[in-house]
Amino acid sequence: MHQARKQTKPDSISLRDLKEGDRAAIKAIRGEGAFKRRLLEMGFMPGTTVLIKKYAPLRDPIELVIKGYHVSLRREEAQKVLVRRDPIQTPDNETDKKP
Amino acid sequence: MTPSRPRTMKQTRSLRIALAGNPNSGKTTLFNAITGARHHVGNWPGVTVEKKEGYASFDGFDITVIDLPGTYSLTAYSIEEIVARRFIVHEKPDVVVHVIDSGNIERSLFLTTQLLQLSSKVVLALNMSDSLAQSGARIDTEKLGSLLGAPAVLTVGHKGSGIRELMETVVRVAEDQHPKVRKIRIPYGHEIESHLVPLTEKAEALELFEIPHPPRWVVIKALENDSEMIKALRDAAPERVTFLEEIEETRKHLFSLYGEEPETVFTERLYGFVAGVLKEVYTEPPMDRISRSDQIDALLTHKVFGLPVFFLMVWAVFQLTFAVGAAPMEWIDTLVSWFAGFVSARMDEGLLRSLVVDGVISGVGSVMVFLPNIFILFMCISFLEDSGYMARAAFLTDRVMHLLGLHGKAFIPMLMGFGCNAPAIMATRTLESERDRILSILINPLMSCSARLPVYVLITGAFFLPERAGTVIFSIYLLGLVLAIAMGRLFSKTILPGKSAPFVMELPPYRLPTARGLLIHTWDRGKIFLRKMGGVILLGSVAIWALSTFPRDVTFSRDYDAKITRLQEQAAVRESSGGAAAGLELEIADLEAARESERIEASYIGRIGKAMEPVFRPLEFDWRDAVALVTGFVAKEIVVSTLGVLYQVGTEEDEKSEGLIQALRKSSMTPLVAYAFMAFVLIYTPCLGTVAVIRRETNSWKWTAFSVGYAVVLAWLVAFAIVRVGTVLGLG
Repeated sequence: MHQARKQTKPDSISLRDLKEGDRAAIKAIRGEGAFKRRLLEMGFMPGTTVLIKKYAPLRDPIELVIKGYHVSLRREEAQKVLVRRDPIQTPDNETDKKP
Repeated sequence: MTPSRPRTMKQTRSLRIALAGNPNSGKTTLFNAITGARHHVGNWPGVTVEKKEGYASFDGFDITVIDLPGTYSLTAYSIEEIVARRFIVHEKPDVVVHVIDSGNIERSLFLTTQLLQLSSKVVLALNMSDSLAQSGARIDTEKLGSLLGAPAVLTVGHKGSGIRELMETVVRVAEDQHPKVRKIRIPYGHEIESHLVPLTEKAEALELFEIPHPPRWVVIKALENDSEMIKALRDAAPERVTFLEEIEETRKHLFSLYGEEPETVFTERLYGFVAGVLKEVYTEPPMDRISRSDQIDALLTHKVFGLPVFFLMVWAVFQLTFAVGAAPMEWIDTLVSWFAGFVSARMDEGLLRSLVVDGVISGVGSVMVFLPNIFILFMCISFLEDSGYMARAAFLTDRVMHLLGLHGKAFIPMLMGFGCNAPAIMATRTLESERDRILSILINPLMSCSARLPVYVLITGAFFLPERAGTVIFSIYLLGLVLAIAMGRLFSKTILPGKSAPFVMELPPYRLPTARGLLIHTWDRGKIFLRKMGGVILLGSVAIWALSTFPRDVTFSRDYDAKITRLQEQAAVRESSGGAAAGLELEIADLEAARESERIEASYIGRIGKAMEPVFRPLEFDWRDAVALVTGFVAKEIVVSTLGVLYQVGTEEDEKSEGLIQALRKSSMTPLVAYAFMAFVLIYTPCLGTVAVIRRETNSWKWTAFSVGYAVVLAWLVAFAIVRVGTVLGLG
């Protein structure tokens, strides 16, 4: 994951694209400066699992669980956190069964 | 105190320890447990971050405890972090105690790694260890202490357990007698170390700073492009350019190697180290279970019920503050007037009595009545904060506050402004970023406080139909809200552009606050109000008193005194002969009112009002309205009583006075101008008390002056717009 970091890769989704109850593993944080640094320091390291706990009643911000504690991010900020869907935790999401 | 250690012969020694830790780590609770109520609250020099210093004696030591701001790290991105690390480097506390939330150990140890780089005397307080034990997780404190070279102690702040052992450890570490203390070097990996080691040697040889910094820390921070460190290096060593160049070279090299900024890589390395330590000392809880906190949260931030519950809470806080607070408010008011009467009766009539009674007692008394409100409000806010609900309130309302360029946490102070701006502005302390705090402070006065209501009631009573009064007053409140939003957006785009502090907010587990903690926090805030406000209010009241009392030698248009004396004699005669003197008494009251009105007109404050008349002429306010607005600077209730005096209806008028309403109707004021007058009252600075709080909370005269200045200008502009646009539309 070096220089060639395309944003539009099909598997390149952000925290914002996830639904309540989804789990995902962090891939990278876009952006720079204070925001990125703060997230890293709070444990948003590549490989760490995040749970989307809930959306606020007004749909923004989002509550996450990471490293055993709860934290909230605005949607615009969540968009900067690139993740990979955790295939072990959410097997049903991929295979939508139809009657 | 401890028999095992023969220190009884020694004299008392003093120690200084600093408490570091994440926000919500229970640091404050532990601070209270160590120091009891013996502490002092102030500000860190030059910034608005609160500084708490406490005192304790232990085992023959006088210990000063400094509570550092809660931080997740020690970068230069927030003032809190800069304050914390500056203190450790510059003030060199004897021991740094890192308060760790045991339930959040991984993230906490990340901060430990940085503290260890800064200080060789660190003690870890594994706080809230009781809930850790309940969850089934285990920490091997012995091993943790050995691995980090910093002893670890289990504590439970709110129960006070483990404090004794913690203090014993602190003392031993300070005395260099603890076997576990050793300087460790947190490894950054082979490649990075191959740069760090030689650079550190160079930094050491260069002696870059007057106050010695740990050289490895200097290099790491410089490589992380830490703004403070780079600036300090430039200032400290203009001739040592090569060192900075070398740093820059290494930064580029590391970047090309890892494809990431060194700060990202370094952070990963520290977390890697923490993970390694935890693997050896930490046993995870057996399973994830739904905690009590999660259950509470399911309701409090519920999609449907979350907001209603929130408004219910706010309503309850309002009720407690202003309804329950009304009774003690009344008592204080009664007490003040009783005291004024008491003093009045025991002093000779004259200037001194007037100064004491009309200036000092009634001036300070007018602010003292707010004490119950302030104490109750702060009790509620402390409860919301200590319980963890404040973070949820921010979570629920952030979407709305974001429109104003503010953090969700600014919601509660805004709402409180409808009660009283002074405590509301003090409540902005809950905001972490200085920018957010200043922005909230600037727009808070636009929330129409309860003291402004009497003015609205009077004016609408005089100029609008009773059935419209509610709508008219409501529209004024709404105008304040709209202006707050507009100003918030304007300021955040111009003078306070959104910088640093992103909205990454921890939602701590719910906890039941301790009564002791609540009382301490409430008292701390109330005390500030008492002490600081007393001073400014006192000065302001005396100034206004002097302006309205002098000059003394007023030449009246007629000889009121003689006339009044004559009428009084007549009344006495008529009464003694059994006749009715009511008509004469009315005449006397009218004369007294006319005399007072003339006296005020001739006083300095009257002259100021008259001098300001041209300024207010475009708004079609006459000189009496101008004087009322000037006196209203002290407090908005005064506007009503000043109008009462100037419109010659008497000195004891309130907003329901028929006489004053009639007098206003007879004046040149039209409903349109009256509305503009209310808008002016809404917008310009609420009261002297608020100015004093703004000064205190922004820690800057510049912001205070700006706040007053912009409010007056805005008030004028809005009032002008109302009058002009209204006239064009034919509403005048």
